[in-house]
Amino acid sequence: MKEVRPVQTASADELDYFELDNLIESQFGNDKENLIMMLQAIQRRYNYLPRPSLTYLAEKIGVPLSRIYGIATFYATFALEPRGRNLISVCLGTACHVRGAKRVHEQIQEQLHIRDGQTTGDRRFTLESVRCIGCCSLGPVVKINEDVHARLSPDEATKILGGYE
Amino acid sequence: MKIHSVKDLEKISLESNQKLYFPETVMLNVGMASCGIAAGAKAAFDKALKDNPAGHPYQVRQTGCLGFCEEEPLVEIVAKGRPRVVYNRVTEDRILDVVQDYIEEKFSKKLILGQMRDPRSVLEEEIRNPLEKVNPLKGIAFLEEIPFYARQVKIALRNCGYIDPDSIEEYIGRGGYFAFLRILAEMKPEEIIGTIKKSGLRGRGGGGFPTGIKWESCRKHPGERYIICNADEGDPGAYMDRSVLEGDPHSVLEGMLIAAYAIGSAQGYIYVRNEYPLAVKRLVSAIKQAEGLGLLGDNIAGSDFAFRVKISTGAGAFVCGESTALMASLEGNVGRPRAKYVHTVEKGFRESPSNLNNVETYANVPVIILKGADWYAGMGTKYSKGTKVFSLVGKVKNTGLVEVPMGTTLREIIYDMGGGVPRKRKFKAVQTGGPSGGCIPEVFLDLQVGFDELTKVGSMMGSGGMIVMDQDTCMVDLARYFLDFLKGESCGQCTPCREGIKQMLDVLTDICEGRGKEGDIELLEELGSMIQKFSLCGLGTSAPNPVLTTILYFRDEYEAHIHDKKCPAGVCKPLFHYEVDEKACTGCHVCALKCPQEAITGDKKKVHHMDQGKCVKCGICYDVCKFDAIVVR
Repeated sequence: MKEVRPVQTASADELDYFELDNLIESQFGNDKENLIMMLQAIQRRYNYLPRPSLTYLAEKIGVPLSRIYGIATFYATFALEPRGRNLISVCLGTACHVRGAKRVHEQIQEQLHIRDGQTTGDRRFTLESVRCIGCCSLGPVVKINEDVHARLSPDEATKILGGYE
Repeated sequence: MKIHSVKDLEKISLESNQKLYFPETVMLNVGMASCGIAAGAKAAFDKALKDNPAGHPYQVRQTGCLGFCEEEPLVEIVAKGRPRVVYNRVTEDRILDVVQDYIEEKFSKKLILGQMRDPRSVLEEEIRNPLEKVNPLKGIAFLEEIPFYARQVKIALRNCGYIDPDSIEEYIGRGGYFAFLRILAEMKPEEIIGTIKKSGLRGRGGGGFPTGIKWESCRKHPGERYIICNADEGDPGAYMDRSVLEGDPHSVLEGMLIAAYAIGSAQGYIYVRNEYPLAVKRLVSAIKQAEGLGLLGDNIAGSDFAFRVKISTGAGAFVCGESTALMASLEGNVGRPRAKYVHTVEKGFRESPSNLNNVETYANVPVIILKGADWYAGMGTKYSKGTKVFSLVGKVKNTGLVEVPMGTTLREIIYDMGGGVPRKRKFKAVQTGGPSGGCIPEVFLDLQVGFDELTKVGSMMGSGGMIVMDQDTCMVDLARYFLDFLKGESCGQCTPCREGIKQMLDVLTDICEGRGKEGDIELLEELGSMIQKFSLCGLGTSAPNPVLTTILYFRDEYEAHIHDKKCPAGVCKPLFHYEVDEKACTGCHVCALKCPQEAITGDKKKVHHMDQGKCVKCGICYDVCKFDAIVVR
């Protein structure tokens, strides 16, 4: 069970409803069964799930907002608050764990002055921990956006952050 | 072009066979699965495409992963009439040297992992070894003989690292889709099910349920049946499904096609983890290609059999690996399992009969059909047949994926293939079965791997993760780690799992932080047994396993934490401190330079000292000391 976070009440900066509509309809045919993938698509577009997009989605496909909220908080990938420009995912899978991923995780938290799940004040980074991204032989592994950095020591981990603005 | 018969398939096979085995120009096969890319394969690939050093023409291609992840990025180079050589650790800065080395036929030992003796897959025994007439290189080991590969029998991984995963022709070139066309033309559904039953194939996702029996019971139930592939590989430490999907997606599609024909289904789903974007991409391309050749869709291969496959991506919930939760998630709901009074083969996805198998299980199926049930059942132990892929990771020298016959001992896998524990550390345990499994201590190293064998020692097969641990792993902390994972992943609907795990975690956290007290171990055992008995689904019933096995085999570590307030492995920070071993310290000063707190002082070539007040126990000195002079007390 994931910690439940409050829903972001402020409206998203610019929510293009035509685009949203198109996304729900053309790609997923308005089909409720594709709800999870719709949410993934919205998150890909906005980097999180803006509340207005969820209310719109609820209307559109005829699913209560409460259920959508339930799904958005059940699955780990979804974020209800805006995230930073760069997403740091520290792998805490078993193989990375036994090779010292915890220390890598701590070091990054220390350097960025944020804790797991938080975003830096300048919105440059969001830090999250994930359980296994399947690169177990190269642990400890840190994924930043789409780049996987392998065989990291705590020291190196903080150095690679410099490459992301 | 559409495929209508075996003849069409043979034509494609022959053509792509030539390209695969006898390329006219030098061919670079760069292993580009996620792990290879992480190790630098993509950069090397781009570099090779961009710069051509010697002016010789060569082609650069992507392949999947050859499994030896420790040595990645791996690049195989091949040309007609010349040996097939696998180069290791080919990063961006080495790729041009490697190409030159092959083109100029220098074959320097220090760049090369090994040469291939026979690149054929298990399905190609009737064709001649393409390397038969090629003189092997002197002084270079055969890949098939280096310890990591020597015991491997590649069935599920038969094409990983050999073909371009985005090319259906190459899959066909190595014997792909022949099994499907054979069953379509020659076998009745009952015969197929009979073959799978006889082969003894059991579910590779963890449960180990006999696949043939599952298919048979699904076929018995009327309605619109579904074939589902579980690619929600959630066990941390296991990544064989990712490797198969990224390296050989068609093997899974072919397995699903055979299942669909045997069970009588027209619609398949692949539920794949969102964390595996490359696997999704390759699956999409594979499905499109199969549709293009008429191997998916209506009137497959000219018959009246129709089958389609859709991909659904998970959203990061471990519990969705459980069959009923997975199906709920497929329907667009929260992934909560339900009690299985009625099995999913009767009422699963959309309340219809649904057959769910794991990626690796499907990948095995075509081989069983072509090579026969007896051949497959000839490998393995009494109740566990065939081969299993294990991901050998953690504190072991040769990390990677190994596919070995069931019945291979843990010692053979960890020491012979894996090369044992690095840095002269001492082996402590091997963890199998992911968060549902257990830790197996050294005394059981001669245990043969198999479903029942692993269960007997309190662990389980799971999806095949094998995480090796050495003296620096604290077993109490590890148990705490798994429970912390499971607390986060419990879906929360049944009390024993939701509350029980949390209580166990609280007790373990207390122990790890020095607040352990008399009776804690017994309390953990009691809670564990309760959770095992009363939880709703597999996640809960197996959740206490990591705690119970570590108590069983490493009780002394728990006692040291509770009674002596010591963490012998040096992991639980409040329970240990580092010291300089004055006898071992050579005064090399490396630790002092690396210490971020400046807690270590001393003159060069003299014994150093540590200021306990400044030390934050980050462990950097412990890691960098080459003389084992930093000790845990």
